[in-house]
Amino acid sequence: MADFTLSCPVPRITDETVLMAHGSGGRAMHRLLEAIFMPAFANPALASAHDGAVLNMNGKQIAFSTDSYVVHPLFFPGGDIGTLAVNGTVNDLAMCGARPLFLSAGFILEEGLPVEQLERVVRSMQAAATAAGVQIVTGDTKVVDRGKGDGLFINTAGIGLIEHPIQIAPHSVRPGDAIIVNGDLGRHGMAIMAVREGLAFESLIESDCAPIAAPVLALLDAGIHVHCLRDLTRGGLASGLCEIAETAHVHIQIEEMDVPVSENVRGACEILGLDPMYVANEGRFIAFIPPDEVKQALATLGDQARCIGHVTSKDDHLVTLRSIIGATRIVDMLSGEQLPRIC
Amino acid sequence: MKYIDEYRDAVSARRFARAIARIATREWTIMEVCGGQTHAIVKFGVDELLPPQITLLHGPGCPVCVTPIELIDKAAALGARSDVIFTSFGDMLRVPGTHSNLLEVKARGGDVRMVYSPLDALKIAQANPEKEVVFFAVGFETTAPANAMAVYQAAQLGVKNFSILVSHVLVPPAIEAILGSPDNRVNGFLAAGHVCAVVGYEEYYPLADKYRVPFVVTGFEPVDILQGIYMIVRQLESGRAEVENQYSRCVRREGNIPAQQITREVFEIVPRKWRGIGEIPYSGLGLREPYHTFDAERRFNLAGYAAEESGECISGEVLQGKLKPNQCPAFGTRCTPEHPLGATMVSSEGACAAYYRYRRLEVAHG
Repeated sequence: MADFTLSCPVPRITDETVLMAHGSGGRAMHRLLEAIFMPAFANPALASAHDGAVLNMNGKQIAFSTDSYVVHPLFFPGGDIGTLAVNGTVNDLAMCGARPLFLSAGFILEEGLPVEQLERVVRSMQAAATAAGVQIVTGDTKVVDRGKGDGLFINTAGIGLIEHPIQIAPHSVRPGDAIIVNGDLGRHGMAIMAVREGLAFESLIESDCAPIAAPVLALLDAGIHVHCLRDLTRGGLASGLCEIAETAHVHIQIEEMDVPVSENVRGACEILGLDPMYVANEGRFIAFIPPDEVKQALATLGDQARCIGHVTSKDDHLVTLRSIIGATRIVDMLSGEQLPRIC
Repeated sequence: MKYIDEYRDAVSARRFARAIARIATREWTIMEVCGGQTHAIVKFGVDELLPPQITLLHGPGCPVCVTPIELIDKAAALGARSDVIFTSFGDMLRVPGTHSNLLEVKARGGDVRMVYSPLDALKIAQANPEKEVVFFAVGFETTAPANAMAVYQAAQLGVKNFSILVSHVLVPPAIEAILGSPDNRVNGFLAAGHVCAVVGYEEYYPLADKYRVPFVVTGFEPVDILQGIYMIVRQLESGRAEVENQYSRCVRREGNIPAQQITREVFEIVPRKWRGIGEIPYSGLGLREPYHTFDAERRFNLAGYAAEESGECISGEVLQGKLKPNQCPAFGTRCTPEHPLGATMVSSEGACAAYYRYRRLEVAHG
């Protein structure tokens, strides 16, 4: 399949050496998963290609997920690596429709990291855990030589309990489903970019980093028949939609006009030549739900939530977007990294 | 967003599209020269709103894609040196050279950094006096003033470890190369608004007279582009070949004089090679003699680099609208977006990459 994104030039990724693009949540990362990890670890839970594994243990449905956090800088407007490490894994569990319960935390510390910074990160992890209603119950610490780590890397894993009978997974998506998003897009990626060396610009953008288990559980408690959930982290909305379209083999049509993006994020994206559809979020998800439940779902999620489009058919597995001037184009998965453009 | 949303208004866009359909009595081919406009056309689907008698050709206006392959190879060689910090705009990092792009050089240990302004590269040079800091100075007339300013400041401040690898290109000579071709089929040009914001649009008057083609200085939002097309078609239908300015909210006839002054202080006009087209006389900028010491090609003795583009690539003909991408034997086989042979496949907005994408749609809808 052709890689096509609105980036120039078209990214070329070879798979001989690991590149940053292999971690960008787009096409290159998927190729790595499919070529290296999936065949080696093949099992049914892994094959569902979901944000976490759903496991049956003694009649209980358990969700299990893990994620590693390598953000630079460690502290950014709206959060830090600690809030990310808790919320990221909590959110992966939430995407399985689970109530997150317990987390582990592994720390890789670089020699020379000020202990004061570690303390700040740990404090914000505990605050995030309290806010998300989870406990950090086990952990590990390693130190690497100066220059062999970026100050601090964190891995968290988590388990949660699935308390409802609905199968939330890509294969439950069907034509007619409405797609709702719980808030405006692109804040996290642009907040990080604004403080990155070489790109620093003044901005008021704060990361959207937040736990999303509560809104997901609120949807389920309200009786919404959620068919699939996806948190919109690396690769943004576009990559999330493309993943579901491909896994569920459905055509998705979205309306550009209805995709919520704040003025500040739009402005920063315009300046850098980035597309907010591909910018990372840390507190946003899409839900695929029956069309007659949209009103109730939006009322449950609050006034930031929007219905952005629909699953239209099973004819192909493309995502198309009706632009604000009414023309239609294909939306593809992020190919390579999104880089600021000259032209 | 103010000054953006008004120009992305669906009602205005459709009104111009209808007006174009109403006045166009025959087929016209219009070229937009700037990659930014091509980008907007693809992103918003502007071409879908146009009547079938209007054909848009995407011109050679993406500086990333027309940078010759040997310049990319030189950049990769510099990026791989342990004594060099190589700095560049983001999208240059993944332009394929003969063997690798700059992202791959970085993955193998090169200190390759993305910057948003050449002045940031100068700051990196000041902060790392033990290293040589090179900035990849690419782009059209739009990026030239800031790049000139970086060199000028480096000279004023006596920063000895800063240099630039120059591949600046100029728009009007490329347009003239297209117009001068015996089988040119472009009837009118959307002149790139941001280039004109810097250099003005005086240069287009002699071109409009000599070749009897209309030019409309045009902005970058969908309504700008549709209005620019409307103004071109209106001229064509009434037999006029004039220079008009659609983008008057940004562009003055004389352009930005201080920007032109700093550019002239540091750069002079030189012949330049364009990827997929070849050498065009007087089509680029190079450093003037007093600033030769900031020329990375001289400082690192890179003159000997030569790289041949695939002889198979027909992107020059495609760029000029003479051949369709699928008339190339390498199309979709030896030449794909991931392994491009030439400029029109390197650019996602290039004609070959766009054809590749449409083919995918056709396959998908089988």
